[in-house]
Amino acid sequence: MAARTSSDEDKGLRKGKWAPYGLLSPGIIWLLLFFLVPIVILVRASLSSKASRFVDPEFTWDFSNFSTAFSAYGTEFVRSFVYAGIATALAIMIGYPLAYWIVTQGGRWRNLLIGLVVVPFFTSYLIRTIAWSAILQDSGPANSFAQWLPFTGPDFKLMNEGFTVVGGLTYNFISFMILPIYVSLEKIDFRLTEAAADLYSTPWQAFRKVVLPLSMPGVFAGSLLVFIPAAGDYLNARYLGNPNTTMIGTVVQNKFLVQFDYPVAAALSLVLMAIITALVLLYSKFLGTEGLAV
Amino acid sequence: MTMSAGAAPPIAAEIETLPDGRGSTKSERVGSGWGRRIMTGLAVLIYLWLFAPLLWIILFTFNDSKSRFNISWDGFTLKNWADPFKDSALTDAFLRSLQVAVISVTAALIMGSLVAIALARYRFTGSKVTEIFLVLPLTTPEIVLGASLYQLFLGRDITLGFSTVVIAHVMFCVSFVALTVKARVRGFDWTLEDAAMDLGAPPWRTFRKVTFPLILPGIVAAALLSFALSLDDYIITDFTKGEFVTFPIRVNNAFRVAFPAQVNVLATMVLVVSVVLLVLTSVRSEKGVTK
Repeated sequence: MAARTSSDEDKGLRKGKWAPYGLLSPGIIWLLLFFLVPIVILVRASLSSKASRFVDPEFTWDFSNFSTAFSAYGTEFVRSFVYAGIATALAIMIGYPLAYWIVTQGGRWRNLLIGLVVVPFFTSYLIRTIAWSAILQDSGPANSFAQWLPFTGPDFKLMNEGFTVVGGLTYNFISFMILPIYVSLEKIDFRLTEAAADLYSTPWQAFRKVVLPLSMPGVFAGSLLVFIPAAGDYLNARYLGNPNTTMIGTVVQNKFLVQFDYPVAAALSLVLMAIITALVLLYSKFLGTEGLAV
Repeated sequence: MTMSAGAAPPIAAEIETLPDGRGSTKSERVGSGWGRRIMTGLAVLIYLWLFAPLLWIILFTFNDSKSRFNISWDGFTLKNWADPFKDSALTDAFLRSLQVAVISVTAALIMGSLVAIALARYRFTGSKVTEIFLVLPLTTPEIVLGASLYQLFLGRDITLGFSTVVIAHVMFCVSFVALTVKARVRGFDWTLEDAAMDLGAPPWRTFRKVTFPLILPGIVAAALLSFALSLDDYIITDFTKGEFVTFPIRVNNAFRVAFPAQVNVLATMVLVVSVVLLVLTSVRSEKGVTK
């Protein structure tokens, strides 16, 4: 990738008149119809009056749905962002050392080692989550082992706790963290650390002042890519949690597909989207969109 | 995963693009002694953690389960592998998932690659906006994508089912394909096309002999990954499915009453096939590099 830095001019990049728009149109029209238009409809729905059994929601600039969303489901919002935040932090703490180890120690096995990181994600996400619930079940060996540890007790349970949900979120989305970090570490010329050592830095200083800053784009991209799906998820909470670990995704899913309370559900999902889009725009303002498209 | 695409990894695309051998000269064995050993130990633990559910899934394909829930070990058997399609509702759902994935991925590959070529090859007004617009579906939580499509279809009185699921899957795959292919053709030297045409090749032949082979690795990677995304998708499908049942939906719906070992067998089959394809394509692209 480093070789690809030469400027556009010498690559024969075309100045298009109509051709690029022709090439773009099928894909972009699809996205306009089935991404942008639906979002606009969702905005409309969020500003509609609450429907009853016999009356369809009516568009009334009804902002009360948003205050209802906050007042009734503030806890779930906070919990979702806290869980997703912790999962993101854990993913950095686990993913960064692994990516660093692969880049620095992997040698000629690097491609294989990073390939292995992706392999688990070719089994269904739902089945992996169910697999965790089976591994951690109360009668299983993992739980017995956890109870035997000194700081726990016989009442200690691995399953259906807040930390189980956070663990599931971390597990399910960690490849989104490892791969961008790997890509950014892999671009670093590690002779820079030798240069730092020649200038009397300790290995730790060399890491902190040279490698870490250069790999931050990967960390930022990975954080977004983990945080976004984690914040909106409801399967981990469903399979690994308990009623007190409900996330905002659970509420939205339930309101749309079980209770048919569209206006509030729409408001809830838009708030989630607004917060996340703000994070994404902030990110792309400083770091561009390339890193997100790994 | 749209990445949102929740689950699946956008990212394996990168595996093939790693410049072979380049790293080994500049990063030979940084660090030394104990630090290195601790790092390696840690890495082994992380790999174990990553593979734990997989090992569980594979192990329990051999479980002679006595209950309807294949989650506690009752002894070794091969009978689940002898009859992988025993659960007909599950098998039907699995075939429907494959069908959805094939159709959605084909459509997304065509549309997404065209978008990628447009972005990588031309300079035009609106290209920046287009790039941001392409990223948005992937950075929007799946639940919002699902919910908004649900509202769209509901408002137009469109019956939810196979076609709405395909529409949704095409939507999140298009962005994904466009960005993956674009990342691969970013450094492409488009003057090669001029060279071919100077040598008398007509445009279609130029495309077939020069452009297409060069973007093909990107398309293959995008195809594999978006296929995995589509096959695996739960959340968006949940909102657009109506009465239509895909494999993940079936597993979820059945989980209240049963979790047959065939779930594990089918999941293991998908895993094996994807790993084989992943290895094959990366070996091929490595060969391509050395040639």
